[in-house]
Amino acid sequence: MTAYLLKRLIIALATLVLASMVVFAVLEIIPGDPARLMLGLNASADQVEVLRNQMGLNAPLALRYLHWAGGLLSLDFGRSYTYSVPVIDLVRERVVVSLPLALIALALSTIIAIPVGLYSASRRGQAGDTIAMGATQFGVAVPNFWFALMLIYLFAVWLRLVPAGGFPGWSAGVWPALKSLLLPSVALALPQAAILARVARSALIEVLNEDYIRTARAKGLPYRAVLWRHALRNAMIPVLTILGLQFAFLLAGTIIIENVFYLPGLGRLVFQAITQRDLIVVESVVMLLVAAVIAVNLIVDLSYAVVDPRLRSRQ
Amino acid sequence: MTLHVDIPEETLARILAKAFRNRSFLIGLVITALVAAVAVLSYLWTPYDVTKLVISDKTQSPSLAHWFGTDHFGRDILSMIMVGARNSIAVALVAVGIGMGVGVPFGAFAAARGGLIDEVLMRMNDLVFAFPALLSAIMITAIFGPGAINAIIAIGIFNIPVFARVARAGALAIWPREFILAARAAGKGSTLITIEHILPNIATLLLVQGTIQFALGILAEAGLSYVGLGAQPPMPSWGRMLFDAQTRMVVAPWMAIFPGMAIVATVLGLNLLGDGIADILDPKSRRQR
Amino acid sequence: MSLLEIENLSLAIGDTPILKAVELSVAPGEVMGLVGESGSGKSMTALTVMQLLPFAARASGRVSFDGIDILAASEDQMCALRGDDIGMVFQEPMTALNPVKTIGEQVAEGIRWHTRSSRAEAEERARKMLDRVDLPAALFPLSRYPHELSGGQRQRVVIAIACALKPKLLIADEPTTALDVVLQAQILDLVRDLVAENRMGLLLISHDLAVVTEMADRITILRHGEVMEAGDTARTLSEQLHPYTRQLAQASMHVPARPKAHGAGQGKPLLEVEGVTRDYPGRRASLFKRAAPVRAVDEVSLSMAPGQSVALVGRSGCGKSTLARMILALDKSTSGTIRFRGETITGKSETELKPARRDMQVVFQDPYGSFDPRQKVEKLVAEPLHVLEKKPTPAERREMVAHALHEVGLGPRDMDKYPHEFSGGQRQRLSIARAIITRPKLVVADEPVSALDVSIRAQILDLFAELNQKLGIAYLFITHDLTVARAITDEVLVMHDGRIVERGKTSEVLDHPQSEAAKALVAAAPDLHRAIARRLQEQG
Repeated sequence: MTAYLLKRLIIALATLVLASMVVFAVLEIIPGDPARLMLGLNASADQVEVLRNQMGLNAPLALRYLHWAGGLLSLDFGRSYTYSVPVIDLVRERVVVSLPLALIALALSTIIAIPVGLYSASRRGQAGDTIAMGATQFGVAVPNFWFALMLIYLFAVWLRLVPAGGFPGWSAGVWPALKSLLLPSVALALPQAAILARVARSALIEVLNEDYIRTARAKGLPYRAVLWRHALRNAMIPVLTILGLQFAFLLAGTIIIENVFYLPGLGRLVFQAITQRDLIVVESVVMLLVAAVIAVNLIVDLSYAVVDPRLRSRQ
Repeated sequence: MTLHVDIPEETLARILAKAFRNRSFLIGLVITALVAAVAVLSYLWTPYDVTKLVISDKTQSPSLAHWFGTDHFGRDILSMIMVGARNSIAVALVAVGIGMGVGVPFGAFAAARGGLIDEVLMRMNDLVFAFPALLSAIMITAIFGPGAINAIIAIGIFNIPVFARVARAGALAIWPREFILAARAAGKGSTLITIEHILPNIATLLLVQGTIQFALGILAEAGLSYVGLGAQPPMPSWGRMLFDAQTRMVVAPWMAIFPGMAIVATVLGLNLLGDGIADILDPKSRRQR
Repeated sequence: MSLLEIENLSLAIGDTPILKAVELSVAPGEVMGLVGESGSGKSMTALTVMQLLPFAARASGRVSFDGIDILAASEDQMCALRGDDIGMVFQEPMTALNPVKTIGEQVAEGIRWHTRSSRAEAEERARKMLDRVDLPAALFPLSRYPHELSGGQRQRVVIAIACALKPKLLIADEPTTALDVVLQAQILDLVRDLVAENRMGLLLISHDLAVVTEMADRITILRHGEVMEAGDTARTLSEQLHPYTRQLAQASMHVPARPKAHGAGQGKPLLEVEGVTRDYPGRRASLFKRAAPVRAVDEVSLSMAPGQSVALVGRSGCGKSTLARMILALDKSTSGTIRFRGETITGKSETELKPARRDMQVVFQDPYGSFDPRQKVEKLVAEPLHVLEKKPTPAERREMVAHALHEVGLGPRDMDKYPHEFSGGQRQRLSIARAIITRPKLVVADEPVSALDVSIRAQILDLFAELNQKLGIAYLFITHDLTVARAITDEVLVMHDGRIVERGKTSEVLDHPQSEAAKALVAAAPDLHRAIARRLQEQG
């Protein structure tokens, strides 16, 4: 057990370090000098040089990486070139939009998907299964931003139930804030729920064909009890894998969805920073998102060990 | 008793017979063929010229003259969807090609060698998986400039680990089989065995994954061009059309509805096709029925 | 009055008929053996009684258990019967237990469900039951998971689940087929005792006549879904009135005619193995620590003469397959040397091995897994030609394949077929054709007939014997089945825990085993002659 945990932890940390190097290297090779960008086109070469020194841009590559990475660890991300405020402040005010959005979407997708998967698997081949799986086929095929547009058209433009976009801030009260996150999280969640439901169904069907299901039935357990007590836990493993992958997908999905709904979240921040070449912001936010993905994958790996005793005794 | 072989053991004729009884395969095939046909047709003929702006015809609702209406420059939406199909298909197809071309050899090699090489290759895979694909694609296209080519590269890069993983998992399941031992006893090396025995036996898996990645590529391309980082105007693209439609939802909803439906139909067709192929060729799913 | 009474049972899955008018009965406390080759419908008969048939299956006729009409019973009624009044043991112990639940939970579950007892009571009963199947709680606590147990131990857990509530009827479907002979004997003893203790009826399903003869009071012989013959075990098998019964019994005891091995035992040794050891790295105990390496093969030495037929016998996990792979240069030895035709093959590169590979081929156990399903027979059988110095032309290649196919009793037309178009026995012929196409001096055969039905097995043994006579090929037969060793080999090597513990003439070793390991194997091996004799004697 400990060996497994330790190995996973080391892999996660190594991936994180490598990822930071990749992010740093990619932004290194980008054409364009941040110092010149900040000072504008009219600045003289001397002024640019002074600022470059100030920003530490002339230091050797390795040193700059260490400086940057060290800063990340102490949550000192540097200052934004365009906003001229510490990046951490920008992140702090944006993360309260993006994180709730991603979490609500994830929860929503799980709550919808698992029952649908269970229902379909236990009625395999019957009309209910066919209808549910047809619906998920559509769900998988719908791009979330188009789905978002259709939701806006239906609920904001036509029915006027919710705002079409924007975010009042949590200071405006929990309900108005949640209300403005409602459509975006539905738009994010439904296509993901469709994928998850399909995975859950096929994992369950696979498990239901196993020999030990027959053993359980031979004990006299009714089908429903077999499904709940024996099949579900074994089918959790592929479902967990997909949940982990979906978190990464949701994080990226928020970039586009935040743009559709004009939500001031991390995705929108990084997107604007890219177009404005505010590289320090891009670096920091990308690193943050990558770290979140790695952390979630680690959690998924650990939950495998909880679900599957075979992993606990293996390396 | 023996364990049963999980590799399809079918003749072509029987596979075809089964294919024509498989609903999702047939529907998927028809839709996919239709989209491909429309894309090819667009080179020869479209109802209207998509590069010509007719401001007098702007934002017309669907009519007999313009089945899907017109956009804010008076261009025919149907014609734009037809031309946009080319772009979507080309980007997704080449991206799948990149992913397969690089990922499959990597995965097969990792499985054949095992040990340290396998570990290193798989950790590299983990590294790529740690980057949310769309975010990274946005970064890549933003840095190297927007455009169809960069979109292809960005999407293609993230296909590589997917195919590497599938190829490796498939190959690892084949390697311990007795017919591989027999080939080794016949003095064949791991490269030859991979070419002669492993690849043909994982072809089905790769084909199914290929259709899935194709569909995902279409969605990703639409997302990139929606945020302005895919194919550039005047080349019409489905994502871009949706972006243009967003601010005009109230006056011209058809500008959003039809391109979106084109995406849904294409992705749906490909997914059904993939499911169908998996159903027909994979004995596991056959057992489930 | 019978406990289980099957009358005129017919079963079809979709349009395929599986059973035709099957009659069978089991009295309380009686052991009924149901025998048949693969595809005869024995398992489906059992699943009909349990009502655990596939969805598309339709049964007609009458099945009554303890006065209950099974075919008309509701699912709720069946749930009440299953596990309580009827227990079932399955063939494959490795997959029959849920990997994420402890053995205690799995045994207690049925007890709790049927008796509505508390968790503690159910666990107490489960503990007693596991103790009864020789898994005492001191060594095997209830908190063990299936993956922590061996195959034989898992089968004991499955038996504990099936017998936990002392059912009136126990159905055992090939309960020992996946186990080696020594474990088989232990499991059969356990089942026999449990049945006697609780006066259970037992429906024992097996393909192995000897096993059934040792266990069953009465026997029903099934073929293609129809009952061929039924009656008292000893009388049925000694009189052999029905031709199919005779065919089965004779095939089970078949010994191929081998007048004199071709040049056997003369000249320089063909194969010499000297002090060969194979260690596998131990399991990683933690990140920095590994358990001590596992020694699969321990200082083994042996030699074989040209044309000689040698059996390597031993229990599963004794290292015989690992040794075979090292001889075939498919696995590297940790230390020691292997010489083939006087040349050392250990430590050689694949290119240097080519000449040796030409003279050394292999036949595997699984007639399904040993062919690439995507290639045609011509290519598959021709695969070893890869080692020839001069590549044959396509025409020569076809000629050689046709010749090899002819030698194993197949026709040249079979060349353009795919492996799935052949039956199990035919595939094993293909496997042999592939092995002899390069005219090797040695063929290593790893359990080559243990996956085959008895009648097919007899034919394949004949083929092996014939090729040994005709081509002078030496065989190294790896087997756990002493009948096979007796039928076809001159010498026997007995392997135990990685070492060779006994070697000698086949008949001598099998009739007068000296080592403990050999004695255990011989004592456990089911033997039809012996079993019939004992039954007749018991009945006077």
